[in-house]
Amino acid sequence: MSAEPPVNEVELHAWVDGRLEPARHAAVEAYLEANPSERQRLTDYRAIDAELHRLFDPALNEPVPASLKLPPARRWTPRAWLARAAVAAGFMLFGGALGWFANEQLRQPLVADRAFVRQALAAHVVYVPEVRHPVEVDAGQQQHLVAWLSKRLGATVQAPALEALSFQLLGGRLLPADGKPAAQFMYQDAGGRRLTLYVRRGLDGNRETAFRFAEQDGIGAFYWVDGELAYALAGDLERPALDQVAHAVYQQLNP
Amino acid sequence: MADFARLVTEQIPRLRRYARALVGTQRADDLVQDCLERAWSRRGLWDGQGELRAWLFTILHNLYANSVRRQAGAPAFEPLPEEDLPALAPSRHEAALELRDLERALACLSPEQREVLLLVGLEQLDYAEVATVLNIPPGTVMSRLARAREALRRALREPPRARLRRVK
Repeated sequence: MSAEPPVNEVELHAWVDGRLEPARHAAVEAYLEANPSERQRLTDYRAIDAELHRLFDPALNEPVPASLKLPPARRWTPRAWLARAAVAAGFMLFGGALGWFANEQLRQPLVADRAFVRQALAAHVVYVPEVRHPVEVDAGQQQHLVAWLSKRLGATVQAPALEALSFQLLGGRLLPADGKPAAQFMYQDAGGRRLTLYVRRGLDGNRETAFRFAEQDGIGAFYWVDGELAYALAGDLERPALDQVAHAVYQQLNP
Repeated sequence: MADFARLVTEQIPRLRRYARALVGTQRADDLVQDCLERAWSRRGLWDGQGELRAWLFTILHNLYANSVRRQAGAPAFEPLPEEDLPALAPSRHEAALELRDLERALACLSPEQREVLLLVGLEQLDYAEVATVLNIPPGTVMSRLARAREALRRALREPPRARLRRVK
């Protein structure tokens, strides 16, 4: 009866934060079962965290002001600026040529497509590590989520079902992309691996492209344009596995 | 170095979120900009392997701690302007009131407690990372976290307008 409390305060906070060692789960659960007021206390702590996210997560979705670009603006010297301008001009020339070839003959990725896949990869990297709030609207409200994102994008978007490939929908969020809305759906498998499907309105009118693949820091992405929407499926998966999921997504969207 | 700039740029939204919670919307971007400048000037010190995010949060923390020391006594937190409150579909007004309560309660924490609470609860750093970022022992992280959470819980439950339970 008057035994030591089976768990300590540090473990209770670890429980709140989802960082409790699995071996201690049973002990903590038993303790909370026996102490409803303690469970209430920890539930309140979690509610506080959820409120923090509700209050401050919008900062994640805002466009970053120009003053926060790297290298820092204040440190720009005329010389460095010239060098950068030269690089930028070279890139634009190269990009322009690439775009021209793509349109004319080669079916290479358009420059706009590259910007698109970069946005998709950046959004993937930012949100995938979120432990408890990876999405704005969770999969429990899937209908609401899809309707909301469709309305904001001005096009019918869908969250493909990937259970057959053992990925469950976690939910989605709305993101800015060059001042336009983009949608991100997040999926997770039993091993905690996460995929994101990034969707935005067509980049330059209606057209279709083949699947293309891009990779950055070990995160691969298949991307394609299908009618008025552009898609990018990103994940830290082997390329064949990601390819398989991308095809499943494509097939569901084009039954 | 292009890589460094890109990796840091990916972290900017998170730095802004944290800074906003820490010092308020008005001063957040100045703090982040100072942080980016310092990170850039010290980019040679980042080994390219470690957790860049924790490294950036460390820089931001040092800048913040300096500013707190400089203006000890001055309020370190400003309320958000009304338009910064997130748009919430159901019962927006009531939710906004609850968020106001949370801001007020946050403002009552000491800077040290607020940092630990935000790094754990909002930024989801693990405890060891928080200890590294703030340069304090792990035990201090836990005691500050416990005190901050309990202070917020009391502040939100006890005043007449606090309705934490409704939030679920």
